[in-house]
Amino acid sequence: MHIVVCVKQVPDTTEVKIDPETNTLDRSSAPAIINPYDAHAVDEAVRLKEQHGGKVTIISMGPPGAVEVIKKCIELGADEGYLLSDRKFAGSDTLATSYILAKGIETICQDNPFQLIFCGKQAIDGDTAQVGPGIARRLLIPQLTYVNEVTAVDSAKEVITVHRKLDDGYEVVEAKMPCLITVEKEINQLRYSSLPNMLRAARYQPHMLNADELNADVTNMGLKGSPTSVAKIFAPEQRGEGEIIAGSNDETINQLIQKLSDQMAK
Amino acid sequence: MPKKFDAIVVGAGMAGLAAAYKMSSEGLSVVVIERGDYPGAKNVMGGVLYRSMMEELIPEFWKEAPLQRPVVEQRFWMLDKQSVVTSGYKDESWAEEPYNCFTVFRGEFDRWFAKKCEEKGALIINETLVESCIVDDGKVIGVQTNRPEGDLYANVVVLADGVNSLLGKQLGFHREWEPQQVALAVMEELKLPEEVIEDRFNLEPGMGTTIELFGQGTMGMVGTAFIYTNKQHISIGVGALLSQIREKQVQPYQLLENLKQHPAVRPLVRGAEPVEYYAHLIPEGGYNSIPKLVSDGVVVVGDAAQLVNGIHREGSNMAMTSGRLAAEAVIHACNMGHFDRDALSSYENELNNSFVIKDLEKYKDASHLLESNPRYFNNYIPTANMALREMLTVDGVSKKQKQKKLTKSILGKNGLFTLGKDIYQMWKAVR
Repeated sequence: MHIVVCVKQVPDTTEVKIDPETNTLDRSSAPAIINPYDAHAVDEAVRLKEQHGGKVTIISMGPPGAVEVIKKCIELGADEGYLLSDRKFAGSDTLATSYILAKGIETICQDNPFQLIFCGKQAIDGDTAQVGPGIARRLLIPQLTYVNEVTAVDSAKEVITVHRKLDDGYEVVEAKMPCLITVEKEINQLRYSSLPNMLRAARYQPHMLNADELNADVTNMGLKGSPTSVAKIFAPEQRGEGEIIAGSNDETINQLIQKLSDQMAK
Repeated sequence: MPKKFDAIVVGAGMAGLAAAYKMSSEGLSVVVIERGDYPGAKNVMGGVLYRSMMEELIPEFWKEAPLQRPVVEQRFWMLDKQSVVTSGYKDESWAEEPYNCFTVFRGEFDRWFAKKCEEKGALIINETLVESCIVDDGKVIGVQTNRPEGDLYANVVVLADGVNSLLGKQLGFHREWEPQQVALAVMEELKLPEEVIEDRFNLEPGMGTTIELFGQGTMGMVGTAFIYTNKQHISIGVGALLSQIREKQVQPYQLLENLKQHPAVRPLVRGAEPVEYYAHLIPEGGYNSIPKLVSDGVVVVGDAAQLVNGIHREGSNMAMTSGRLAAEAVIHACNMGHFDRDALSSYENELNNSFVIKDLEKYKDASHLLESNPRYFNNYIPTANMALREMLTVDGVSKKQKQKKLTKSILGKNGLFTLGKDIYQMWKAVR
């Protein structure tokens, strides 16, 4: 079984700062990490490989520095990694990114067709959750989003069964392979990489592919291929200071009611 | 994939990376194992990197390494409660190549240094803890890490695992350090605009200064405080012997706050935003604390070997030099095909012949003297302040009368004999 996993290098949003004057993200302030959902996608792919045999291939689009996240995936147990990197990709929105990744997947799977594609459910920097479904649509394969458990893989019948997370429970869904799956964090607990995998990753040089090697239409890439336009970015206003009302129960309840009715009157 | 490496280096600090760089440059297969997220993540120093020892590894490294400021001035301050006696040296030639030393952020610098090692072929494995050395028949043959399938084998293991060196302790090279053999240092990075730093410290754009502070900076304990200028930050820190911090029951953060409140320091750090806080142990035992450095299949370098000159606040330079010399011994051993104690002993010999051991030997009694005789910190520094206060305060009293008063005050406390003895002992300790 050949499993492809799409990963993204993102700024660690727990450390990213926003410039209050220009309202832009100060990306230099945050270290680059693998999108956390994608790490779970890689781990799930590696677990399936361990059960059913085959190969896990990583694909990512990003600047040359993104080789680091691919190496991270090798630590997690992936076999190969490809970085799609080209100035022509710069400024791509989710539509263009899904085009580039779909073309990349077609290119690297020419001689070894995939049965599954894994993605994280969304990236923590954009939170759009659009690229995974976009790739599925472009490759004309079924998509299973928000998956929190893979319950069965029948390689002979080429059928996969999963649990999809819903607001009030989960649904059991079966799909014909090849298909694309986007995963929730609950799907697995990341494992501590083995030392041999760490050593392999330290030595590993990911394959690099540019726009020409993808055999793709450049008008669908970068700013040209991106209909999305950002009207405004702003940081939410800081919430005002809270107030603690002290005293006995009756007193404080009355005070609270008074304050709330004052607020409503405003 | 070779099953066995020529060398495993435990710890990606100055000593470990220097050893890894040198060995991989000579074609040895080297793996560096670091417990932090990346090299430098857990490494702490005040921030002065010495050019000469680094250049022995990477010539003209300053052209590409991430450095903060070349140091053009070194100041020495002796603090009393609300006064300071200052001295120092500033040199224009330190502002030009090849420079004397630089301020650096270890988080940046060590990462860069590790990249250079990787370019030479070394493997850097982060987020991995070495739990013990694998010993076979008295000989170290590898390490056991906390990862699955985590055993790794090599001809030589280089212990660069820092001041506590738990691995060295496991091997019986040293005992648990006594509180008077280590200093506890705390430091802060304070953010300020570049021009403000240059104005406050009287610097040309891009240039840096260091201030070492004695006396009240450590609340009278044996230790030093420091203020170093980075591009957009000031590093301010203070360290004192752990034994004295414990005895006086001072909280480390109180030491730093006390320092920042001193009238001579306060205007330098005014309005600065604290962005990082660090604490670390520093080896202070000096020459007398150096553990066993070489055994079958293993060498010890850097802080793990307690190679720090507390009197001159030098440590990273000794770490680099010890790492390089250990690497040369390993290369030599590889050529011979033997890795026992004899084959590696050239490391110890070379280290003994280098400035590292010579300097440590020279000052071997100095720290102990300062610790056992409180007069140096508690009497003489205040006295120096008092003397200048007397002579420089113009109040109508004749200079002759002032001198008399001074002499009386200096001799009154301890007498001429004690003063003479203290001067002699200090001279003996540092000569």
